Amino acid sequence: MNSSDKTRRRILAAGLALGLLAAPASAADIESVHFLIPGGAGGGWDGTARGTGEALTKAGIVGTASYENMSGGGGGKAIAHLIETAKKQQGTLMVNSTPIVIRSLQKVFPQSFRDLTPVAGVIGDYAALVVNTDSPLQSFGELVTAYKADPRNVSIGGGSVAGGMDHIVAALIMKGAGAKPTAVKYVPYDAGGKAMAGLLSGEIKALSTGFGEAIDMAKQDQVRILCVTSKERLDAAPDVATCAEAGAKGVEFVNWRGFFGPPGLPEAKKAAYVAALERMYKTPEWETVRARNGWVDIFNPGDKFVSFLEGQEKEIGDLMRELGFL
Amino acid sequence: MLEGILTGLSTAASPINLLMVAVGCFVGTFIGMLPGLGPISAIALMIPITYGFDPATGLILMAGVYYGAIFGGSTSSILINAPGVAGTVATAFDGYPLARKGMAGKALAIAAYSSFSGGTIAAVFLLIAAPSLAVVSLAFQSTDYFALMVLGLTAVAAFAGRGNVVKALLMTVLGLMLSTVGTDQTQGVQRFTLGMIDLIDGVSFLLLAMATFALSEALMSVLRPKSDADRARELEAQKNLGSMKVDKEEIKEMVPVIGRSSVLGFFIGVLPGAGATIASFLAYGMEQRLAGPKKGALFGQGSVRGLAAPETANNAACSGSFVPLLTLGIPGSGTTAIMLGALISYGIQPGPRLFVDNPSVFWAVIISMYLGNVILLILNLPLIPYIARILAIPSPMLLGFILGGMMEENLRRALIINDDSWSFLWERPLTFSILLIAALTLIVPIIAPVVGRALAKRREAAGEGG
Repeated sequence: MNSSDKTRRRILAAGLALGLLAAPASAADIESVHFLIPGGAGGGWDGTARGTGEALTKAGIVGTASYENMSGGGGGKAIAHLIETAKKQQGTLMVNSTPIVIRSLQKVFPQSFRDLTPVAGVIGDYAALVVNTDSPLQSFGELVTAYKADPRNVSIGGGSVAGGMDHIVAALIMKGAGAKPTAVKYVPYDAGGKAMAGLLSGEIKALSTGFGEAIDMAKQDQVRILCVTSKERLDAAPDVATCAEAGAKGVEFVNWRGFFGPPGLPEAKKAAYVAALERMYKTPEWETVRARNGWVDIFNPGDKFVSFLEGQEKEIGDLMRELGFL
Repeated sequence: MLEGILTGLSTAASPINLLMVAVGCFVGTFIGMLPGLGPISAIALMIPITYGFDPATGLILMAGVYYGAIFGGSTSSILINAPGVAGTVATAFDGYPLARKGMAGKALAIAAYSSFSGGTIAAVFLLIAAPSLAVVSLAFQSTDYFALMVLGLTAVAAFAGRGNVVKALLMTVLGLMLSTVGTDQTQGVQRFTLGMIDLIDGVSFLLLAMATFALSEALMSVLRPKSDADRARELEAQKNLGSMKVDKEEIKEMVPVIGRSSVLGFFIGVLPGAGATIASFLAYGMEQRLAGPKKGALFGQGSVRGLAAPETANNAACSGSFVPLLTLGIPGSGTTAIMLGALISYGIQPGPRLFVDNPSVFWAVIISMYLGNVILLILNLPLIPYIARILAIPSPMLLGFILGGMMEENLRRALIINDDSWSFLWERPLTFSILLIAALTLIVPIIAPVVGRALAKRREAAGEGG
């Protein structure tokens, strides 16, 4: 065994000892990426980071990828960590999603996306309003009519706290339909699955949830999707109307997931990450990961991502103020 | 349906699936034993391995890890009083005292037999009734969950023991108070976090359990310093595993406990959101009640019943949680949520049609549970323990803590749904019945002796008169 072999094995061993997942280094665009995950193993953030890392390394775009789960404070712990150790984190990408906007508005943590370097939005899921298959409310129009007659009779559940994402989406839709958004009788559950159980048990009339979750249940004829918050109808459910065409004027909402670098990340480094992610979309390795998870590609790089975040923050912030949550 | 079961049987019996049951059980047992690493992390670790597997094989592996972890968690509960997983916290209440008496071997054997029976009996329920049990998972609304948690709190008497009722109640209240720390699940408001980022997600149940066990040990050693000779004798007793034989008398005691706890555990498991931990506490409380005053007083001192009940119930609940997962596509816990994600990534959507559309997956997983339980029994019986140190004090605080969060959340949700009216407490039959049972559970033991005495006096008087 020659010495370079030995060295490589040592490096590999050291990498493994540190809990890093090492992949054979080749002529990759970026040598290595460290993914910081603000939640525990098995959650949505975790899946996004590990899936992206898998596609990037297998496609040879990134040499090695490592992962670190740092849950706590609704994601605030990881954000604080990334900012505090920014100088050492040039090779780190933190995964996050729409809640970073909402929780920073709610002051769950003092920072916002502005304290980080937004790199790109990568995937997304639209929101949907669903009812039980045997619900008397067969269409979005009927739901709105019933709601306008007496909003207290149309309880809408969701998998987040009052003032959280699912509540905001429900209020947004009602506002678009010309009804009073503040009158939504929102019933919070601590997870999407429990909220779905609540809908099926009949204790709530409708559910505000992610389209991905809703379509899986709709395929089993357990729920009916009244509308989806995409701009155009989706290939996965061509019969489901968008909320805008169903009568909620101008309503569009996407729960994005994307990546952030530490504050002060050099422009060149950011551009390299953006280019790597852009290249990733066209690889079969990404297609495997994407299809496996049922994700929707929504690429939103660099400055476009920043202005998208600003727009979302304004829209959600205005609505939260109107609802009295801020 | 029979055809489906046979397809499932042949799938489960294929060499690769047999191997995966064994691997899952082994990995699960090992991870479950390590305090702090629960079934969620264990299954999350398995996910990358299962890519490229057949869906049935992947799910069989993950299910094996899940019930393996619940099985393995009891070992550290019994031997070192540091529960490996939340579902085995109640196991320490009587398992550890047994170990301290030099009967660690027996305690481990009882735990293994109970887990095996609980898991197997629940698998039988699954096989017979899984498709029709979906109704049960949906019968419970927030108000009923609230009532169920109230019923659970009445188990506090199980910890009260000889005249310690006030102490036990105080500790329960402390547990309820601790359960309010963190972000509240209804409004998202931070409560009692003292501005500390680590408290935003609340206090970890497992951490609290380990901390209170260790704390009581530390206090005991300060307050009651032991002589070296005592200490040596104690160490000797614990080093000695003791016989693993369970005698006839003990088997006689265990059998009815296992029967009842399997049913209770399975039923609690079927409800989305309740789970193994709550099942184990409820079974412990129920058995203490049923044991009568004399045997009930032994709970917490190393009672065979007190060990068998939670160990049976947690494994039965673990199997029960597959009902909402497979028949409705609803994950009742973090662990089953990860499994749901994995299933969907295989292109399989669990729901009412799963056992029709994918009979091999549905039935193979259930059948693999029988095999898994046999493997776990073989694996766990000869497991050699090494150290045991701490002193167990069953903690009503833990009961208050584990039930407090869910009790509050469901009550507040019920109030929102019912426009802040409390009438659901008596208008919904299911809620009312459960609350009634809870009230009776509390009142009967207080009233019964009084009434009994009055009756005896009367009889005496009548006897004297006649």
